[in-house]
Amino acid sequence: MKIHIPNSAWLNSIDTFFNGFDPSDENELNVTFHKRWMSIHPLVLSMIAALGMGIEPKKIHCEVLEAKSKHYLERMGLFNFLGINSGININKHESSGRFVPLTQIKTSEELSTFITEMTPLLHLKPIHAEPLRYVLSELIRNVLEHSLSKNGAIVSAQYYSKSNTVRVGIADTGVGIWKTINQSYNPPNDLEAIRLALTPGITGTTQKLGGTEYNAGAGLFFIKSIATVNKDFFVLYSGNAMYKLLQRTGKRISLHADPFEDRHSKRDDLPFWHGTAVGIDLSLDDTQEFSLILKLVNETYNQAIRDRKKEKYKKPQFI
Amino acid sequence: MTHIIFFKQVGEFAENKDIARDIRVKELVPALEKGENIILDFEKVEGATQSFIHALISDLMRKFGNGVLEKIQFKSCNKTIQGIITIVVDYMQESTN
Repeated sequence: MKIHIPNSAWLNSIDTFFNGFDPSDENELNVTFHKRWMSIHPLVLSMIAALGMGIEPKKIHCEVLEAKSKHYLERMGLFNFLGINSGININKHESSGRFVPLTQIKTSEELSTFITEMTPLLHLKPIHAEPLRYVLSELIRNVLEHSLSKNGAIVSAQYYSKSNTVRVGIADTGVGIWKTINQSYNPPNDLEAIRLALTPGITGTTQKLGGTEYNAGAGLFFIKSIATVNKDFFVLYSGNAMYKLLQRTGKRISLHADPFEDRHSKRDDLPFWHGTAVGIDLSLDDTQEFSLILKLVNETYNQAIRDRKKEKYKKPQFI
Repeated sequence: MTHIIFFKQVGEFAENKDIARDIRVKELVPALEKGENIILDFEKVEGATQSFIHALISDLMRKFGNGVLEKIQFKSCNKTIQGIITIVVDYMQESTN
């Protein structure tokens, strides 16, 4: 496999990074970097770390870094994850950053500990910590429950003062969304599987309305809703497809059960990612009260269930 | 009367579905089978996920019917937790009616 970190890889332009991924030869990993400064989303780090976890360190080749941002990569723990000695010494007690370094989470207990310890690292006010904690918990739990990844979820996050945004990346190398959804539905491709996964009330575990005792099919819809209301980017990449929620424009807030009705872009021709990768930006300037988000979610969710029930109504036969 | 105090088991953020399921199976279902009333006490809990609340109560509504809500009281819930509980209760009723 080959992966290249370009000089800029934020969610609005993340397609370029995805396009540069070469998934062939899964036993080897070659990581190359832009020669100068790199501005990269935590999603990029989480994806590379997730790839590296499945490969013996001696089969991971990492280009010698010239870019100034190599210290950032070291600090986020990338080289450690790849089993590579970067030759960079970082004073771990420095506290100038507000970030969550790359972290592997494999169990429910590890997730609970991570959620408790993560919020203070980012020094957030309660109004901002609430959606972040929610988003991370639900996304990571999805990985633990559905991905069947032996390496669990790889997570990282960073606060960016210039844009006043917390950026989060979560990646796994599990079965991917299509395989999970295909247990109950038959999506023709990865993009349709992503569409179903984002639709309220759709879960891979059952076709029954209301879900099972353990899954409702609401998690990703909630997260997309939080991103929509707060005007945030949200990217979901699995198989060869990507769905990107674009920032909401205008003052009127409306949520949609069908993610293709939201302001978005999508691709179904990307290099195949074995698993799922999710990135989200939480802008702290536009954070709405969580209770407002919940009110909107409730209305949209229930309307979606009513619509799905209606689809199953028997129709009169007129002759 | 069965009184469940969540803070002791989940801390300030109720997100661990395994704990929710254990509480449901080991404490809530037996209590309801005996005809007892239940208080779910969220004092000091700041937030909860929809997954947690779903794992806690959705199967009760399915097993015992929507009338089970007359046997359960939700105590000391802040606005967020009230919102999440309302969502789960509403979609379960929409799904079963």
